[in-house]
Amino acid sequence: MTRRNLALIKALVIVACVVPFAWVAARAFGYGGDLGANPVQMVLHTFGKTGLNLLILTLAITPIRKQTGLNWLVALRRTLGLAAFFYILLHAITYAVLDQGLAWQSLLVDVAMRPYITVGFLALVLMVPLAVTSTNAMQRRLKRRWVQLHRLVYLIGILGAVHFLWLVKIDVSEPLLYMGVLALLLGYRVVDWRRRQQRRLQARQRRESPA
Amino acid sequence: MLIKRPPDIKPSEITPESAFHRRRDILKAALAAGLLPAANAWGQAIGGGFPELVPLAREATRHRAFPEVGNLGDLNTWPHDVERETTSFEDITNYNNYYEFGTGKTDPAKNAHTLRTHPWSVTVEGEADITGTFALEDLMKGHTLEDRLYRFRCVEAWSMVVPWVGFPLGDLLKRFEPTSRANYVQFFTLNDAEQMPGVRYPVLRWPYREGLTIAEAMHPLALLTVGLYGQVLPNQNGAPLRLIVPWKYGFKSIKSIVRIRFMEREPETSWNMANAREYGFYSNVNPDKDHPRWSQATERVLGAGLFSSRIPTRLFNGYADQVASLYTGLDLMRNY
Ligand code: HEM
Repeated sequence: MTRRNLALIKALVIVACVVPFAWVAARAFGYGGDLGANPVQMVLHTFGKTGLNLLILTLAITPIRKQTGLNWLVALRRTLGLAAFFYILLHAITYAVLDQGLAWQSLLVDVAMRPYITVGFLALVLMVPLAVTSTNAMQRRLKRRWVQLHRLVYLIGILGAVHFLWLVKIDVSEPLLYMGVLALLLGYRVVDWRRRQQRRLQARQRRESPA
Repeated sequence: MLIKRPPDIKPSEITPESAFHRRRDILKAALAAGLLPAANAWGQAIGGGFPELVPLAREATRHRAFPEVGNLGDLNTWPHDVERETTSFEDITNYNNYYEFGTGKTDPAKNAHTLRTHPWSVTVEGEADITGTFALEDLMKGHTLEDRLYRFRCVEAWSMVVPWVGFPLGDLLKRFEPTSRANYVQFFTLNDAEQMPGVRYPVLRWPYREGLTIAEAMHPLALLTVGLYGQVLPNQNGAPLRLIVPWKYGFKSIKSIVRIRFMEREPETSWNMANAREYGFYSNVNPDKDHPRWSQATERVLGAGLFSSRIPTRLFNGYADQVASLYTGLDLMRNY
């Protein structure tokens, strides 16, 4: 992968990330249709769903990279992760401003008393340090701690899926599908980690036992 | 004897604007309008009373079929108290909960064309002297259709204002002569996987079922509904015959009714069977009684736009003056 091609792919990914927002914005002003009978819900759901999708894509990068050997994929991870963060932020802002009209009291009640909002809020809060430390400089500075910190993304994904599961009225098929995908990605990482441990152990044994 | 005469209302006068955008509908509506007599064909009390209810099995005198689309003619207007704007036909028909056609809000509008509303019959059973299976036309004969503007509040905290067309449920139920043991009425929706793709998934217990106390069912606000915006009900809104109970959450207003059962004990209802803690038998609109997972204090008005605010929800959806007496002595926080 040449540097130029990678820059091109990155640009394309950024454009793709902007598409859902552009779709909502265009329709909000009447271009290409409207947002339906309940536009606030349409915007809320589009941002929430896009955010969760991007989060899962971010989580899928490493397994795909390892399985395919396409190491340059890792260069897209930060873009996807930040896009996920921005969509979830927009999702929460849509709720607070457009849906609830910044009624602080009821927002506080929601965060404290409504479990699906509580876990969503927790996920959003946990995303903030990851977004803040997403720069190269931060990555260099934190070293191993950066890797440990960014493992939080799994917890964030699970919290997001639980949020989805707890908010649907009765048809849980879609949130369960998300949970299944998350379980697969997490399972891959666990298996991969154990494999590496075993290899390390074998290497040490080989070094220690004289031939 | 029904006499055909040309309609005296142009379809364009009462047909909602948006229907004109759909070519298929215009064609059908024009056809129906041309063929149908206008005023109150279903309504007019023949000879000042109701005809005898004859079950289909006894070869009913099937008269002219109830139309599948088109204008319902001159309607009695009903004195309403709705101060809010009427929701557009477009929004009422494209944002539906009708899980038999999918759980997405726009699924019913996309999928409900497979519902066959003609011929339609309703089976009446249980604690009543007159039971059997009756043609829709025979059930409607003698009832005067009214254009009733009602508030409609969904348990999901959105609402709309709808010009339904129908007649009081109680007027029909009385004709079956319920016995003294008829304390409740249960209703069932059609359950046919061939016409309803959604019933292949066990999201709810099919057939969809709902129920009322007999006093609720006899209340003059409880409306058996056959139309919307002066026209035959679109399939996604529960054609050809649905219930509208405006002081209760929308899921109580069961769609596409094929069975009515008079019962001594409280009947099973689909949402209550799915989650009794979240959906009670009464399910009266009540801003003080939150759904366990979300607030019921306010509601989002459909069609009000991206920057509209929620409005306060009213006890019994604003019909407290009319219906509160049904619940005297009942603790509404416990009996939700
Ligand atoms: C402060 C944080 C959050 C708040 C206040 C919030 C609020 C909401 C609300 C009110 C809904 C709609 C519920 C309904 O329609 O009944 C919703 C839906 C949703 N949210 Fe969140 N949310 C938050 C965080 C998150 C996070 C972190 C994620 C994912 C990682 C997420 C993903 C979703 C998804 C996927 C939906 C469902 C969309 C659909 O049904 O199409 N949300 N959220």
